Amino acid sequence: MKIAITADRKGDGAQVDPRFGRAKYFAVCDTDSGECEYVDNAQNLNAMQGAGVQAAAAVAHTGAEVVITGNCGPKAFASLGQSGIKVVVGASGGVAEVLETFKRGEYEYADQSNVEGHW
Amino acid sequence: MILAVASGKGGTGKTTVATGLALAMASRGHRVQFLDCDVEEPNAAILLKPGMERSRRVASMVPKIDTAKCTLCGKCSDFCRFNALVTFPDRVDVFPELCHACRGCVLACPENAISEARVEIGTIEEGKAGDIRFAHGLLDIGQARATPILGALRAAIDPQRDVVLDAPPGTSCPFVETARMADACVLVTEPTPFGLYDLGLAVDALRGMDIAFSVAINRCDLGDDRVERYCREEGIDVVLRIQNDVDIAKAYSEGRPITDLGEGYSKMLYEMFERVSGGSPAR
Repeated sequence: MKIAITADRKGDGAQVDPRFGRAKYFAVCDTDSGECEYVDNAQNLNAMQGAGVQAAAAVAHTGAEVVITGNCGPKAFASLGQSGIKVVVGASGGVAEVLETFKRGEYEYADQSNVEGHW
Repeated sequence: MILAVASGKGGTGKTTVATGLALAMASRGHRVQFLDCDVEEPNAAILLKPGMERSRRVASMVPKIDTAKCTLCGKCSDFCRFNALVTFPDRVDVFPELCHACRGCVLACPENAISEARVEIGTIEEGKAGDIRFAHGLLDIGQARATPILGALRAAIDPQRDVVLDAPPGTSCPFVETARMADACVLVTEPTPFGLYDLGLAVDALRGMDIAFSVAINRCDLGDDRVERYCREEGIDVVLRIQNDVDIAKAYSEGRPITDLGEGYSKMLYEMFERVSGGSPAR
């Protein structure tokens, strides 16, 4: 399966970007092969409003089934849920470690957003 | 003449100047109309105390997607810079609270799948404060788009009267929409770094729109002289200087206009009007 991890940069050394809607990149990782493709989120990063829902759509278009991030607001959370995408909040550290932690099944899915809109 | 009293920075004394000006003009025989265009926080009614005669609801449009026709091509959401439409792999979500009612999505859709739904966003109230015709807009709580209400206020302008517009603070869409109604604009500022910075933004905006403007400096004896210097260097006419006066603040806190403090302020404000209107005859 594919999972999307918010990332502060591309490639090796990428850390979890604590923001979902205005994350710099989404690392879209294949849990079988361990390979990650980085999707640039610059367009939403600079959006004056609605960054969270556009980011949710961008993730949905990648085919990812799970989002792992630091914080997720209510609109983005609802849009991801409607697309059948599960959300993990409160993640931090390196993207590679996060992928391993996920594969070990150590994350719990959030049942609601953890920050207000415009956080 | 239609005169907008505006400011980049909030809290500089816009409403104090605008209401005082309207009263000063009315007391000198002008037929005056006052429009409070700060529809997010209208407060001129507290000072002018109009009796309201009628009110009406104001509606705007939001896109409505015909899912039978929509092919999920994404052209509508690509077009919408406000992200009010978002195309997912299986659906298009509409976020009415982000929509600015530009209708661009309706035009962008190649399938004719978007129609216009009406949504009520606020109210216009009209009445009379003495001889002054008064109107203000009230944006509904939770609504973010002020401009359709300003459009409704614009339609209420009485061409037989001199009009004072109390503009919303800042330099974003509601300010631009208000300034566009005016023949001229007075920017109220204060001699502080924030006052100067936000004045600069408002000046840039008005120059871009080619609207005549001048500056009023409130609490002119406080702060520093950088606003004065800026106006001198930019060739901007300073048409009013009000000294810091605790009685003005006191009157304001009691809901009384500045003209209640005596003929001095009324005269000062009327002279400002004469200066910006170039002595145009009273309507």
